[in-house]
Amino acid sequence: MAKFGKSIIFVLGLLLIIAIITNTAIGSTNISPLITAKILLARYFFIEPTWTSSQEVIITNIRLPRVLLGGFVGAALSTAGCAMQGLLKNPMADPYIIGMSSGAALGASIAFMLLLPVQVTSFVMAVITIFIVYNISIIGGKVPIDTLLLAGIAVGSFLASITSLIIFLAQSPHQIIFWLMGGLWTANWDKVKITAILVTIGIVMLYRYSWKLNVMLLGEEEAQYLGVNVEHVKQYVLVFSALITAAAVSVSGIIGFVGLIIPHIMRILVGPDHRILFPASTLAGAIFLILTDTFARTIMDSVELPVGVVTAMFGAPFFIYLLRKRRDNLYA
Amino acid sequence: MLKIKDLNVSYGQHQVLEKIGLSAVKGEFIGIIGPNGSGKTTLLKTITNVLKPTSGTIMIDGTNIEKMKSNEIAKNVAVVSQVVSINFEFTVKDIVLMGRNPYIKSSESVEDINIANDMMKKTNIHFLKKRLITRLSGGELQRVIIARALTQTPKILLLDEPTSHLDITNQIEILNLVKKASTKGMVVIAVMHDLNLAAYYCNKICLLRDGCLISTGTPRQVLTPSNIEVAFNLPIEVMHNNRTNSLYVMPILEPLNEI
Ligand SMILES: Nc1ncnc2c1ncn2[C@@H]1O[C@H](COP(=O)(O)OP(=O)(O)OP(=O)(O)O)[C@@H](O)[C@H]1O
Ligand SMILES: [Mg+2]
Repeated sequence: MAKFGKSIIFVLGLLLIIAIITNTAIGSTNISPLITAKILLARYFFIEPTWTSSQEVIITNIRLPRVLLGGFVGAALSTAGCAMQGLLKNPMADPYIIGMSSGAALGASIAFMLLLPVQVTSFVMAVITIFIVYNISIIGGKVPIDTLLLAGIAVGSFLASITSLIIFLAQSPHQIIFWLMGGLWTANWDKVKITAILVTIGIVMLYRYSWKLNVMLLGEEEAQYLGVNVEHVKQYVLVFSALITAAAVSVSGIIGFVGLIIPHIMRILVGPDHRILFPASTLAGAIFLILTDTFARTIMDSVELPVGVVTAMFGAPFFIYLLRKRRDNLYA
Repeated sequence: MLKIKDLNVSYGQHQVLEKIGLSAVKGEFIGIIGPNGSGKTTLLKTITNVLKPTSGTIMIDGTNIEKMKSNEIAKNVAVVSQVVSINFEFTVKDIVLMGRNPYIKSSESVEDINIANDMMKKTNIHFLKKRLITRLSGGELQRVIIARALTQTPKILLLDEPTSHLDITNQIEILNLVKKASTKGMVVIAVMHDLNLAAYYCNKICLLRDGCLISTGTPRQVLTPSNIEVAFNLPIEVMHNNRTNSLYVMPILEPLNEI
């Protein structure tokens, strides 16, 4: 199993590199993958230029940051979803489950209304939301999972209703509505850098708890018998899942489905061991979002679709297919 | 090694254990018997600090367990639960290795793997090593959980009806194995429903009824017709087994046509 797992990680890693190069090549101006690869490599090595400077600008300043941002956002959502599913032992779990997306959405709406910086405001609101939900859920020093879920749904609905109110009253609501649909069209190098740092830190921190999450899958009581400080693990995993989700959402809006289905598919492929499941989800999430985003920006000549629309449009039927194919124990 | 004093435990308002006192020294095999709902499982959970007592203390080697971190407790105490169900497709080897959790920082060492292998051999599950835990029989699963608990290399092993799913051969084998561990110095505390097995294996038996210890002592002192009558409301006959030199008990049954 471990061997098989490692080769899957290797293959996914390779696919990710290929996805980055080919998807950077695809766009309204045709640039071949070979030229693209050369332009990318020329950033680090000396290569005799065989391309025009406008090609170089398109690749390095427009397409590459977009592809990379998609990669980091996909990686973050998928890893956070994987962590939440493991922690909550719930197949419905995704990174947004305890109200974070609603918090981020409200933050973005407020930012559009008051002309504040959208990324910062939505990030902060997402983090505040998790903080509130977590603290509501504490009962006698412990955080029961059911309470956490219900509190998340309650707080989420409350915040969503305020967002709806803002949209209803707004002068030009379509900015907010577009943001809610999720898209990567505002990608630039600054966003890539911030997202890369936050997401990498969060993902590495989550990987450190892979083993503990495995033990937690046996149930909280068994995990305690095996020496896991259950409440600490919950807090830790929530904090870092929240961090990377907020980092992703604040630059991309609400992109659904990546964080739900990618970890599921990977669990079917590599099993429940988080030491392999985590990296597999991270890589597959990145690949998936890069591909869907390319589709979203190139399928129609005149306009770009919001990638959030595409992920669900493709993801949902595929997921239903998987569910039908394999009805026995995804969870219980 | 283990000292329990004046333990009171309740679930909310409902008091389940009352004034329990119990001590165990190295090498003891203690049986806990009592009717369903008398508080046996609750007692084991309290010893691992999963349930906090309302009052009273539990000391392991002179340290109050409330002051110990969860992985310190797990290095000292291992538990085989009454009901175990695992819905995730880990292999048997993965599950047994989780017994090393309190010792493992990031990933398991060769020593951890050796201990796990050793315990799988001792519990006759080594041949199941690569099987998925979700696809075992009840008895196989129970032996995996016992192997996992032994892999924790605890000083105290708590067993909650460890042989309830095992066939007669495996019952004896597992109990022999556990007995051997106890003669090497491990404290074993086992909830048992089979009074005869309890009489045979235990140095000491605790009889619980409605959360109170109504009798503690050697099998001979505890397993008397009057004690059993009080606890289980069942008349029994106590006999001596010359071969094993232990006693055995028989419920006094009416002929079937009179039921
Ligand atoms: N989580 C709980 N909340 C409230 N009451 C409980 C809980 N668990 C057990 N009880 C009650 O505490 C009492 C003791 O339960 P316990 O599980 O310790 O019994 P037991 O001696 O192990 O029984 P059995 O032989 O059936 O396993 C019972 O009356 C039971 O109903
Ligand atoms: Mg019980």
